Amino acid sequence: MKLKFKIKGLDCANCANALEEAIGKIEEVNSVSISFMTERMHVEAKKIDIEELVKKIETVIKKNEPDVTITLQ
Amino acid sequence: MKRKLIQIILSAFLFLVTLFLKNDQEFLKNSLFILSYLLVGLEILKKSFRNIIRGKLFDENFLMAVATIGAFGIGEFEEAVSVMLFYQIGELFQAYAVNKSRKSIASLMNICPNYANVYRSSKLVRLQPDDVKVGEIIAVLPGEKVPLDGTVVEGDSMVDTKALTGESVPRHIEVGDSILSGCINQEGMLKVKVEKEYEDSTVSKILELVENASSRKAKSENFITKFAKIYTPIVVFVALFLATIPPIIMESVTFGDWIYRALSFLVVSCPCALVISIPLSFFGGIGACSRIGVLVKGSNYLEKMAKVKILVCDKTGTLTEGVFEVQEVISEIEQEEVMMYAAHAEYFSNHPIALSIKKQYGKEIDSSIVSETKEVVGEGVIATVQGKQVLIGNEKLMKSHGVSFLPNEKVGTIVYVALDGRFLGSIQIADQIKEDTYVAIPSLRKNGIENIIMLTGDKEEIAREVSQKVNIDEYYANLLPHEKVNKVEEFMQRKKEGEMLLFVGDGINDAPVLAIADIGISMGAIGSDVAIEASDLVLMTDELSKIAHTMQIAKKTIRIVRENIFFAIFIKVGILVLSACGISSMWEAVFADVGVSILAILNAFRIVRIKK
Repeated sequence: MKLKFKIKGLDCANCANALEEAIGKIEEVNSVSISFMTERMHVEAKKIDIEELVKKIETVIKKNEPDVTITLQ
Repeated sequence: MKRKLIQIILSAFLFLVTLFLKNDQEFLKNSLFILSYLLVGLEILKKSFRNIIRGKLFDENFLMAVATIGAFGIGEFEEAVSVMLFYQIGELFQAYAVNKSRKSIASLMNICPNYANVYRSSKLVRLQPDDVKVGEIIAVLPGEKVPLDGTVVEGDSMVDTKALTGESVPRHIEVGDSILSGCINQEGMLKVKVEKEYEDSTVSKILELVENASSRKAKSENFITKFAKIYTPIVVFVALFLATIPPIIMESVTFGDWIYRALSFLVVSCPCALVISIPLSFFGGIGACSRIGVLVKGSNYLEKMAKVKILVCDKTGTLTEGVFEVQEVISEIEQEEVMMYAAHAEYFSNHPIALSIKKQYGKEIDSSIVSETKEVVGEGVIATVQGKQVLIGNEKLMKSHGVSFLPNEKVGTIVYVALDGRFLGSIQIADQIKEDTYVAIPSLRKNGIENIIMLTGDKEEIAREVSQKVNIDEYYANLLPHEKVNKVEEFMQRKKEGEMLLFVGDGINDAPVLAIADIGISMGAIGSDVAIEASDLVLMTDELSKIAHTMQIAKKTIRIVRENIFFAIFIKVGILVLSACGISSMWEAVFADVGVSILAILNAFRIVRIKK
């Protein structure tokens, strides 16, 4: 399952990398790629409830970069 | 960003004021320093506080906070303020550069339509393009962008397809022609029947491609990410070591001096400049490519493009136009007459050869003078035109009817024509080599391609002729589609380590080969979803020379990326060494750090400025 997000509020490319790593550690996430330049996040996840996954990702974001917001596309 | 700029200006002003104050006004001086510091540093302090609670010690905000507060602690007020001030100036510049770069890509891709004029219950209404359904009629006024893909049902005009194809000459378009979203209507009003919803239209497809491009990261990007991860902790630990161990074991030195050296370390501990300049460079490179009509699906492909040594290509549609055309008519009588009989005899045939003859003839074909046409499989056509028997076909047809003919040795498909058993002449039909191909091949070699190989399903002679004309190194003819796949697999094994193999085709039936090659490119593919899906790079036009151009951009991008990596690491390590020895001050450290960011970003900006 592939999900695409718009990601806003990232300060620096380094933070984007750190966030990418943190989200990659979520169990259901197979791979994640955040592009700081285009403000997109691509998530490839195991087949599960999308809403639940989005919530999990949002929790991780809140912990790492509280100013960042995401919208599912 | 404006607020930040005002804060910086105010803070810098206060800072300058303090420099003119005399030393005996210490209280005033120090309050101004602190005010100046808080103006730019409060935000950082807040963020770092938040991060400590979360246990994120290697956060750049935290490190900056420690460096500056530490400087205050050892009485270096001036240094504390200047470090924070310059750091924020660097951050602002970085934000500005990133913003500008994002915007420039959006404007490069200025193909996004804002509205569509739709006929609904015989009235023209203005709607969002994604509210229009397939089958509806839209009106495109002069100067407007075509919002959705469709077919012209009324009107004719010139359309500017530059944003889609990079082609600057406007294209004439009339009833029955299909039109792609993103083109600009230049002259008359067009009524267009919508064929695709906005989501599936060309514009959406292209935007999606460019927006997703940087999600596939290049090796050098990953390298920097790894580097950044170990760099900060190492620098911080060394700083900690410097601040504590030397003053303890050496008797003649003070804590203040070594803490000062350690704080300088913290100033250069943020790898941000390095981390941002790499994606910025790739982003610029991808942007520069899309400006010349080449869509790159990821930074990694741009990186690979710089290392291509072997180019494998299709013939038909790639090197050649892919359309059969009459090249020459050899006859003792008027060419016009030969073509008249040939075109009429082929009247009922839809074979590509027949079509090319009819096209070359160019006049209306009078079907009333054609009777009794018969197709002889593998030989040609026998027809009666104006009551006379016309034979049109290959050598076999002539021989089987006992016509003595003059063999034509030219390369291509030769069609012989005879009238009532008497030989009239022969027509040479061939696929023409694109003019661009002649320019592209030398230019590809100049950009580092060592081996150009052509694969074709066509006959040996045709393959040889084409490869000699455009100077191809190797060619393989008579290949079936699966044999092409085998060939490419063979080349992939044969090539040297680190060399990249590129395959370019017109995207039709190429998917397996496109997938095997290091880089798969389809040309003239706009409008074909399958081809776009299967390839790594998409050429919006069908010019091979665009590949050479892309390689140039790729090489420049890689060069700039390398320059930035080496330059930034060199300066940082240099400052670290100088600070450790107590030679350079915190002033110099922050100057170097911010300076490196700015120079690296400016360097990255050079890519966007590559000439067309």
